Amino acid sequence: MEKQFQDIIVESKLDIPYSYYAGPIASRFYDALEKERKILGIRCGSCNRVYMPPRATCGTCFHEMEDWVELKDEGEVVNFTIVHYEEPIHPVKAPFAYALIRLDGADTAFIHLLGEVDLGRIRIGMRVKAVFSDKNPGNILDIDHFRPV
Amino acid sequence: MAETKPRRISYRAVLPFRYSAGRAASRFFAELRDNKRILATRCPKCTKAYVPPRPVCGECFEPLKEWIEVGPEGTLVGYTVVHFPFLDPLTGRERPVPYGYGFIVLDGAATKIQHFIEETDITKLRAGMRVKPVFREKRQGNFGDIESFRVVG
Amino acid sequence: MERKVAIVGVGQTHHKARREDVNMMEMVHEAVLRCLEDAEITIDQVDAVLIGNMEHFEGVNLSDMWAVDFSGALGRFGMKITTGGSTGTTLSIASYYHVASGLFDTVLCIGWQKQSEGDTTAGLVSATDPIWERASFAGAFGTFAAAATQFMKEYGVSEEHAAKIAVKNRQNGRRNPYAHLQLDISVEDVLKSRVLAYPIRMLDMCPASEGACAMLFASEEKAKKITGRPAWVAAAETRHDSPFIGDVPMFMDLRTLRAASSAAYKKAGITNPLKELDVIELYEPVSWAEIAFLDALWLTEKGKIRDLIDKGVTNMDGELPVNPSGGVLCTNPIGATAMLRVAEAAIQIRGKGGARQIPNVRTALATGYGGNWWSDVMILKDRL
Repeated sequence: MEKQFQDIIVESKLDIPYSYYAGPIASRFYDALEKERKILGIRCGSCNRVYMPPRATCGTCFHEMEDWVELKDEGEVVNFTIVHYEEPIHPVKAPFAYALIRLDGADTAFIHLLGEVDLGRIRIGMRVKAVFSDKNPGNILDIDHFRPV
Repeated sequence: MAETKPRRISYRAVLPFRYSAGRAASRFFAELRDNKRILATRCPKCTKAYVPPRPVCGECFEPLKEWIEVGPEGTLVGYTVVHFPFLDPLTGRERPVPYGYGFIVLDGAATKIQHFIEETDITKLRAGMRVKPVFREKRQGNFGDIESFRVVG
Repeated sequence: MERKVAIVGVGQTHHKARREDVNMMEMVHEAVLRCLEDAEITIDQVDAVLIGNMEHFEGVNLSDMWAVDFSGALGRFGMKITTGGSTGTTLSIASYYHVASGLFDTVLCIGWQKQSEGDTTAGLVSATDPIWERASFAGAFGTFAAAATQFMKEYGVSEEHAAKIAVKNRQNGRRNPYAHLQLDISVEDVLKSRVLAYPIRMLDMCPASEGACAMLFASEEKAKKITGRPAWVAAAETRHDSPFIGDVPMFMDLRTLRAASSAAYKKAGITNPLKELDVIELYEPVSWAEIAFLDALWLTEKGKIRDLIDKGVTNMDGELPVNPSGGVLCTNPIGATAMLRVAEAAIQIRGKGGARQIPNVRTALATGYGGNWWSDVMILKDRL
């Protein structure tokens, strides 16, 4: 009879430091965030959409964008979720809320955290305002969270 | 507007993995760990004995069911001593240099395995030398149970 | 039956160690715009976009998704193809299939890599088998170094032979404004350079580059409307080898390249490649590999390629120049590297090589190489 061999598991990992060049558009955005506490969008000269986060090319028009737009640091919650489980990658401890937020002046929404809020009272359409971090990690968490207004 | 300095966004990824070794590897590693024996699977059609062992012969597309012992000694076919340190993503740190590295045909096997070579003086290594595996005292059931290969004779 | 297909546009970035001035997708966009400019068309005339890189180098999966706006893929058919080092030739061959099938008239393919943003060797390690090979893997140069010592013994090739290849390709690179490395080096410089892993020295090794390449493939009808000088695809072949590094009997005897090139010659109606080929863009990860891989192209008797090299046949002014662009030894943004071989072959056929142009190129061969020991071959002609 064939001997049964126990299934062996090979434990492994990849531990790699990444460091991405942000490019001129993102560099400008993060400079404004860190140094001026301003949130910038970018407008396509062809279709007039204002993108946040900003990027160099409008995909729809295949057009280079150069027109910077200062957005309000306030906007509305387009959609949201409450996270109830733990993952090492999470920026804050569960339970916490992620939301799609469209700032006044922008045509696109972006994901960020909601804070200083009763998780049971978050509503689509709720008005929220940016709260800047005093830590300045050099990424989108230079904005620490958005709180209700 | 003042000239914007290029920014970098940094992120350290530590990604854990748990690979199922599979039937062939589990049997191979168990034999390595418990008995310090090296096994291969032999093709009934072309008679090649494969290390690492595997369930199918790539050339014949025949299932491999016959297990035989190979080595433990073998012949060093290609070798080098590495002097350039690089980041070992398995540890997150640079692997210390110099270290020997080479390809060995174990006696009875048709394929080569790659592993560390104990010798780090390049002038003392030659293709064709006989080598034998150095087993770790504490073995865990993976390929690292062989620490390196040592020149014999 | 398949249709005739040609390359009608080529674009590439100026390859560098670090493109601090752009992020990944902005760099991809640069190559795309240059390709469209070369073909004198707009993105609306592109039916499909195929894109690829070796994802672990940047640690960004779904890289095609992130590139959509910048690659011109928004609202268009497209897919990502990634096959390691051979990514660029796989993309080229897949583009050819898309058009040859009759299902698409124009296909844009893009290969790219932003290599300094991750760690090169760590990225390569992720391609090794985690159960058998990962813990003792010694990087690309460790593998090639161990293969080279076997090669030295079996084929009688010396460190000086390899150094001459390193010099030839770097000097060629000085005529290519897009090449990453522009080095005025001598054999002595190579032999004095730092040993990475014996016998491979620093100057024997290809660089890690950041760059992108884009090409436009078109059907016969579209090609004739777009340009007066298409580079026609006469053959495209791919062969793979076994999964473990040590499975092949003799590393440097690249049996997949022997098989792929043999099949490609048959398809292209070539019986005497040494006479009938005008230029070769060969994928050579290290100087040693150019000697070994050339031997696999049936130019002369097996094991005798050194005689041709020593006679100067593969020099810029020789009978059959190899790597007038400077090859991989000058420029290596991995996702783009193999595509650059096809692109440079197309540039030669189309007469757009500038200072690196070889006179009267009618038939060109390009090879791609990937781990473990895989080969792609494309043959381009100025007419079919």
